[in-house]
Amino acid sequence: MDLLAKELVYQPGSEFHLDSMSFGMKKGEIYTLLGRTLSGKTTLLKTIAGLIQPDSGRVLFEGKDLNSTPVWKRNIAMVYQQFINYPHLNVYDNVAFPLRQRAISGNELRLRVSDAIERVGLKDFESRRIQELSGGQQQRVALARSLAKQAEILLLDEPLVNLDYKLREQLREEFSKIFTSEYSSDSILIYSSTDPMEAMQLGGETIVLDEGRILQQGPASEIFENPATTRVAEITNDPAMNLLSGKIADSKVIINSKMSFDIPIHFRNLASGQYTFGIRASDIALDEKGYPFNVELAEISGSETFLHAKNEDVSLVGQLDLVKNFNVGENVNLHLDSQKLYAFGLDKNLASSPFKELARG
Amino acid sequence: MRKLYIILKYLFISLWSIFVVAPFLWALSTSFKDFNSVTGGATYIPWVDFEPSLEGWKVLLRSPAQGGVNIVEPYFNSIAVTCSASFISIFLGTLAAYALSRFTFKAGFIKNSDITFFFISQRIMPPIVLSIPFFIMLGKLGLLDSMLGLIMVYVVLLMPIAVWIMVDFFNKVPREIDETALIDGCNPYQAFYKVVLPNSIPGLIVAGMFCMIFGWTDFFFAFILTFTEVQLLPVAIVALNSSITPWWSLSASALVSVAPLIVVAFIVERYLSKGNLSGALK
Repeated sequence: MDLLAKELVYQPGSEFHLDSMSFGMKKGEIYTLLGRTLSGKTTLLKTIAGLIQPDSGRVLFEGKDLNSTPVWKRNIAMVYQQFINYPHLNVYDNVAFPLRQRAISGNELRLRVSDAIERVGLKDFESRRIQELSGGQQQRVALARSLAKQAEILLLDEPLVNLDYKLREQLREEFSKIFTSEYSSDSILIYSSTDPMEAMQLGGETIVLDEGRILQQGPASEIFENPATTRVAEITNDPAMNLLSGKIADSKVIINSKMSFDIPIHFRNLASGQYTFGIRASDIALDEKGYPFNVELAEISGSETFLHAKNEDVSLVGQLDLVKNFNVGENVNLHLDSQKLYAFGLDKNLASSPFKELARG
Repeated sequence: MRKLYIILKYLFISLWSIFVVAPFLWALSTSFKDFNSVTGGATYIPWVDFEPSLEGWKVLLRSPAQGGVNIVEPYFNSIAVTCSASFISIFLGTLAAYALSRFTFKAGFIKNSDITFFFISQRIMPPIVLSIPFFIMLGKLGLLDSMLGLIMVYVVLLMPIAVWIMVDFFNKVPREIDETALIDGCNPYQAFYKVVLPNSIPGLIVAGMFCMIFGWTDFFFAFILTFTEVQLLPVAIVALNSSITPWWSLSASALVSVAPLIVVAFIVERYLSKGNLSGALK
């Protein structure tokens, strides 16, 4: 491992921002820190950058303890979510700034700056002032500055979160391309996000954070398919995975008096007893033969409708592939695809998923 | 409706312009009058209402022995004292303000905001309260009636203004700019003067203008702490007063005394709109 964090602890107030956090990262890999707001993503990135000194624990890069290296001597680049640039400099000088700080000049400077500006698609904007650019362009400048530096560790703190929906989609694709196909194999790229889609799109390794702790680490697809706990299942799905208390008895999954399913094949090794069952919003559909629910709220987003519905004590959110106005209180029938059910034990750990039978119970 | 709004707007601007410019025109007109023109009733336009005279202006350049008040030396004294004190105040005040904005200081119940208030509280006191301590201190230091003594006193008076304005300004500059500069290879001092300071030019100009205005127009300390060696412009102008108020030379000196401030205001005005922080953090 090239970048090692050992037992990082940071507790500025009563709450832990980093709680005994340890991990290892390799050069040439992309890592996504996935977690809700205040989960410790930014704190971790700032700790790696050296902007925050942890209360205890160490950050090692290639065996060297970074704790004693000041920020300006670390070979690190960082892109903030707030599009941070230097307003008194134009685009070219913004991108050249970190290189000039390292006494790089002449042809090398010009080549590296032009290359970075071209890679982010701002070739004709070199002499523009930052204030003359749109939000998306400003964030591209910040990215170009970090790319030009050719740092060994590139930190991206939710770089797309402040952009509008369309631009976010567009830049997400462009960023993925830049990072996956063009970024140096000598570098570690750490990307923080609250959006599971971004983690999936970037690929690489995902680290799920919550309240300053690492809940799960592994390939993005593995975490998406097999979330280790109910909390991971909530964090790695948007909308959060629906979690329903129920039990397995008599070869049936029983949620409440009105809702029960034949036990799906991937639950066959589970013992009878109490479980928390999980189902993604996208695995719920309108179906005349489904279970009766009462509409609590319907949100239309693009070509989808997020339906918040209730059946006795069971509340869930369905992601329907249609645009339809539902009235609050309206009765609908919803089908829950039992083949896509997850089961979590009483300890909240994954017992069985549609992708993996863990034979617990 | 919109047309009425535009008419009212221009009407207001015109009235306001007259309100601002009229005293200057009055002073300009009066400065070219003599005793008879001033006392002979209201007259405004030279050559038409009265015969213009340069007597008011000549008095400013004559030595006291010739019945004038030579304001050339006090003028340059004022420029030297005001510019030096303003520069030192801005230099020290900016550093203090940056520290108060970016670092957390705590000593018992005293926090950053208390320290900032302590600075500005120096201006709450009436100047008369400070006059005796200043007089005694400068006397002990042998700096009474000296430029250096006046500059020191003005730094004490002007620095709170600089700190107060700049703390507020730095608080509006996102910390992430400093952090980005550090990550990009600047040490904390470089981050300050290469990144934060160039983006704080409007704040520096506002603070500078306030310091210049307060320093330039101060009469009280210039009067109390100097005698014969060093004289500043406001004191020299007051010396013009005699048994008959010489309105013509007072008007000329008033115009001469506000001229530097007007020139500075015109020079810096364009920078106030430049270098703003839009684009630092959208």
